[in-house]
Parts: sequence; structure tokens; C-alpha cells
Amino acid sequence: MGAALFLLVAALTVVAALGVILHPNPVKSALFLVVTLFLLAAVFVLLEAHMIAALQIIVYAGAIMVLFLFVIMLLNLRNDDPERGRRRYVLRGLAWIGGVALAIELALLVRGASVGSAGSAPAGYGGAAAVARSLYTDFLLPFELTSILLLAAVVGAVVLAQKQRRPTLS
Amino acid sequence: MIVPTEWALMLSAVLFAIGVIGVLVRRNVIVIFMAIELMLNAVNLSFVALARARGAVDGQVVVFFVMTVAAAEAAVGLAIIIASFRNRTTVNADELALLRG
Repeated sequence: MGAALFLLVAALTVVAALGVILHPNPVKSALFLVVTLFLLAAVFVLLEAHMIAALQIIVYAGAIMVLFLFVIMLLNLRNDDPERGRRRYVLRGLAWIGGVALAIELALLVRGASVGSAGSAPAGYGGAAAVARSLYTDFLLPFELTSILLLAAVVGAVVLAQKQRRPTLS
Repeated sequence: MIVPTEWALMLSAVLFAIGVIGVLVRRNVIVIFMAIELMLNAVNLSFVALARARGAVDGQVVVFFVMTVAAAEAAVGLAIIIASFRNRTTVNADELALLRG
């Protein structure tokens, strides 16, 4: 039951991810990415990472993707005009060949590795309590450093995105 | 409801490769950025699957940190894209070649 559901969700995830990179309209690419992130949250639930699944929807599909859509609409982007020309097609073909080769290679690596089979998870595994206990004990220092990183990112984003008051190079 | 770890890792590998292809074939900086987010998520899936296989939550805590760093990265990256769009009025990666030398 869980395995069949996983296969269904995995197939949908791959289709949505292909939509992200194939759709010429950036807004629709972003919406495909939202779908991909939701489906990945479903995969996380199947892997019993309930806390991470909730964070995935709130932080990724909620906050980060809204930021993306906001910027796309702020810049008023149109469809990518597909560049023609033989050199462009050759490069694109090479990129696809390389990407498919990478996928096959990674899949073979996974096949060769012995990752062990997952037993039944302990009670409360992947819930907010279990993750928070680990986060506030073993990972307390990285957690505090993350807050400094976020502060620096907020200040940096505001400084970078504001209108220039001085003439710049370029 | 036990999902084989190998299957989750396979899905992660395929999603990562799709992200790599997206970075290589698209020329719109924002779409390239979205493909990078896709790769980050593929790796997150590996972390969650392996944490499940080990029966420990450490991997899930790492995913938490990856998400925070991704949020910071998205904020700064999009600010850079807005700033460069203001100066050059393009988001095409081929035209933003000022550092080519």
C-alpha cells in the first residue's frame, strides 16, 4: 500500500519537475515547482518525516515560492524566446545527454550501495518533539548560527534590492 | 507503510539530474534559480530517506538547516537578480556576461 502510493507520488513528482525546466513561461515554471514541493512533502510523510513535511509546505511552498512569484511578476517577465541556431541546439543536446548520464550513474550508485532496509520506526519518530529535542541539544550551536545567517541575509537583501542612490559602475 | 530506501534515493537521483539539466538548458536566471532549488530538494529527500533507514532524526535536522539556508539564499539571490535587472534590464544569463573577462 505504502509502496504503491510512493510510486504514484514519485511519478507525479518527476512529471512536475520536468514541467519546471521545460515550460517556457517562468510563472508556470514557478507553479510547477510549487506542485513539485507539495508532492515532495507527501513523499516526506510516506517516509515518516511529518515535521519536515509541514515545514516543506510552510517554508518552501509558502514563503520561498511566494518570493519567486513576486519577483517574476515585479520584473514582468515574458516567455523565454527559444534561441535558434545550430550551436545552441548542439549545446542543449549535450546538456540533456550529460543530465541523463548523471541520472543513470546516480541510480547505479544507489543500486550498488547497501543502505539497509528500514525497520518500523520508533514511536514519535519524525514528529515535532523528536526533531526539536535533537535540534535544541545536539545541534544547538548550528541553530543559533542560523539565526545570525538569516539576519545577515535580511540586511543584505534589503541593501541589494533598494534603489541605488549613487551612480554605479557598468 | 514502509517505503524501500532505494526507491526514495532513486527518485532523489532523478530529481537532481532534472535540476542539473534545467540549469544547463535554460537561460532565464530565475528559472535557473528554481532548478537549483529543485536540486536542493532532491538532496533533502536523500537526507530524509537515509534518516528513515537509520531510524535516527539527525538527517531531518540537517534538512531543517538546508531549508533555512535555502530561504536566506533565495532572498539574497532574488535581490541580486532585481539589482542586475535594474542596471541591465535583462534576466538572460548569456547577456549577463560582465565577468567573462
